[in-house]
Amino acid sequence: MNKPFAITLDVGSSLLNKTGSWRTERPVYLDRLPPCNNACPAGENIQAWLYHAEEGRYEQAWREIMKNNPFPAVMGRVCYHPCEKACNRVHLDDAVGINSVERFLGDQALREGWQVSPGEDSGKRVMVVGAGPAGLACAYHLRSLGHQVTVYEASAQAGGMVRYGIPKYRMPREKLKAEIRRIEEMGVEIVLNTRIDDIQSFQQANGFDAVFLAIGAQQPKRIEIPSDGSVQQLDAVGLLRTIEEEEHVSLRGRVVIYGGGNTAIDVARSAIRMGATQVTLLVYEAREKMPAHEMEIAEALEEGVEILPLRAIREIRDGRLKLEQMVDGEGQWPQASGQFESFPADLVIQALGQQVETDLLQGLVGARVEDDALQVDVEMKSGCEGIFAGGDMVPSARTVTTAIGHGKHAARSIDAWLRGEQYHKPVKHELVDIEKMNTWYYTDAPRTVRPMLDIVRRQSGFAEVVGDLDEINAAYEARRCMSCGNCFECDNCYGVCPDNAITKLGPGNRFEFKYDYCKGCGMCATECPCGAIKMESENI
Amino acid sequence: MPHQQVKFYQTGTLTVGNRLLDKAQRTVQATMDRSNSLDSGHRACQGCGEALGARYAIDAAMRATDNQLIAANATGCLEVFTTPYPESAWRIPWMHSLFGNAPSVATGIAAALRVKGRQDVRVIAQGGDGGTTDIGFGALSGMFERNDDVLYICYDNQAYMNTGVQRSSATPGSARTATTMPLGAEPGADFDKGKNVPLIAMAHGIPYVATASVDRLHDLEAKVEKAMSIRGARYIQVFVPCPLGWGSKPADTVKVARLAVESGLYPLFEAEYGELTSATKIRRKVDVADYLKLQRRFAHTLKSETQLARLQAVADNNIRRFGLIDEQGE
Repeated sequence: MNKPFAITLDVGSSLLNKTGSWRTERPVYLDRLPPCNNACPAGENIQAWLYHAEEGRYEQAWREIMKNNPFPAVMGRVCYHPCEKACNRVHLDDAVGINSVERFLGDQALREGWQVSPGEDSGKRVMVVGAGPAGLACAYHLRSLGHQVTVYEASAQAGGMVRYGIPKYRMPREKLKAEIRRIEEMGVEIVLNTRIDDIQSFQQANGFDAVFLAIGAQQPKRIEIPSDGSVQQLDAVGLLRTIEEEEHVSLRGRVVIYGGGNTAIDVARSAIRMGATQVTLLVYEAREKMPAHEMEIAEALEEGVEILPLRAIREIRDGRLKLEQMVDGEGQWPQASGQFESFPADLVIQALGQQVETDLLQGLVGARVEDDALQVDVEMKSGCEGIFAGGDMVPSARTVTTAIGHGKHAARSIDAWLRGEQYHKPVKHELVDIEKMNTWYYTDAPRTVRPMLDIVRRQSGFAEVVGDLDEINAAYEARRCMSCGNCFECDNCYGVCPDNAITKLGPGNRFEFKYDYCKGCGMCATECPCGAIKMESENI
Repeated sequence: MPHQQVKFYQTGTLTVGNRLLDKAQRTVQATMDRSNSLDSGHRACQGCGEALGARYAIDAAMRATDNQLIAANATGCLEVFTTPYPESAWRIPWMHSLFGNAPSVATGIAAALRVKGRQDVRVIAQGGDGGTTDIGFGALSGMFERNDDVLYICYDNQAYMNTGVQRSSATPGSARTATTMPLGAEPGADFDKGKNVPLIAMAHGIPYVATASVDRLHDLEAKVEKAMSIRGARYIQVFVPCPLGWGSKPADTVKVARLAVESGLYPLFEAEYGELTSATKIRRKVDVADYLKLQRRFAHTLKSETQLARLQAVADNNIRRFGLIDEQGE
């Protein structure tokens, strides 16, 4: 023994003492499902792309969006962003402006010319009917998976209702065109002015292996109003299409729009821009029960649209409408009151919804049309073998985002079907609610207000209403994301462990527990801001 | 288009690390190569605030001194749970002698280093509140008045935990300990007793005095770093919740510390040469009851309006005295 004076034992390290044996619960890292992702009809991984955007890695952020949605510049404008309604940040201050960041990324991609490559050639050919958001999204995803795709469109331009139903002040056409062109550059062929009446014969004649139908719901629903013909009547879808196809359409005098949905609002706001002196929305429902989105209603009111709720048009005579006042039945349809009033009008535009052009589906053996929609199963298959469908023509919320989600889902199902397999949607992670998070750690940050164009400019033309975020604002807005349920490497667990029982694996690689030493105190789980650690019972 | 030039970092400096911050602004604890001066395998209870506070403080001191550090340790939990001879969780030169003489031992080490001309090696003495505010108090005061080149760190968990939770002079009024049971008209520890060692340290006029808490890592590390940039006697008292002695959940240690600070019961401040120089502001003020209700040692207090009012008065007085809330508030 060669030890200093009074020393009898070798120095040992506490690492010999495996304190992990004390544990009754173990911490486990997990990814929980953020509410934004859960709410997105297109299935975007919003938390993931905001994570990249937070650090200014915009191309990576954009590519993350493109995994699910080939139209960020479009969706950053026209999506009703259910993600923001679900956002957990509302419990702190205000939801993250996800939509505006998506728009910034979409526009940035167009500025920089970022492109996505097609997949390795599969030798299969798929035909898509309808070049709206569902059809184009499906084509994009099929092309990414290596299939040859041809899209047939009856109209003169691609884009579907995004082009023919959404006015330019919400959806500038050059952005739409650019995002469609990007899909064409991947090798997707779009054939315009081609209406296909007999789907199956066309498929066989041209040797397509599968078909995706996405013809939308473009037929206006109309009601017959007894009229002496003294007031002109139009339908909303037809008018929006005319505005799109012809350069100069002008409206004069007092315009009445009958309906309270988003299309009614689009037409009302367009009418203001086309020179109508007075624009009135006659709405059957009570004001708070109007189906249009609040944001759209607010902008319409700002622009001078007048809304008369609880009114039904009963008759048109001598240039005047006979309106019956309705009474809001609690939770039911409005009831007639027997009270009438007279309302002067020069033009009535019906905006009472659209339906699917079902004639096209007559010949499809096994296809089932019910409740004005083509019925499909969970894999977006119609009853007719090899024919899939999505978008507004199948039962859905009939929004652009839903259509894009259908296109993606159908593409994956078609891809599986072409390989003789079945597509199963990946299992969703458990949802993370605010109670599972520790919001102390997020610094206070008011929502960036999107710069709005001057109100006067909005009313005089079709310039885009909602302005851009610039790069600084976009990064700032992205950083308001709390990364619910998904580790953002704040190092809290690594720091607060009193037992030094966590290994940091380095940027992007997250952390690992040293279960040999973890005593299971649970401090890491309590102090994790985003709820990405869970305590599980040990089997003892 | 006009835009606001804002720096916003998602979690700011509230979390241990933050990938959006400049490297220089991140904590020592966030680094992959932190020294882990107090390593795994120590025998502290689950969720021990002292083990956490000690690693936070010593790792920060290690970085500030380029790993040239020696520590003297008083008897107490920190000594017992880290070093059952010959095993030790310390990865620094570390020395234990008695309960009451850690300041004197540190003074001796500092004197020896001075004689040997090793100005690069720095000395820390550390202990719990019992060893510091009671048993070692004479030695501590001597170290202060001689202005020896030692940083003394007191890990304050407000009682003698190692020997079975007896009252110390740092135990707050109304708290239950083994020797201040919740019995009689005024259950728990007496009010108007005990001492405030940071203020006593200030009265010695030493170069640096600070209080810190395990819930505020950036603040704690900055104070240790500042202390290591100064020569002479320095004192830092770190608030470290004790789940066992306080009857709080092990998982809530940081949360309990946070509420102590946010309620105003544990004011965080700095003083130089006897003058108060800064106070850490309360971010979201809470009532003392929010802090008390997480701990069984205060269970009876929540049922007593007079005791609750006295503790609230202590907090309110701290807020006023140390300026813990800005005039305009947050």
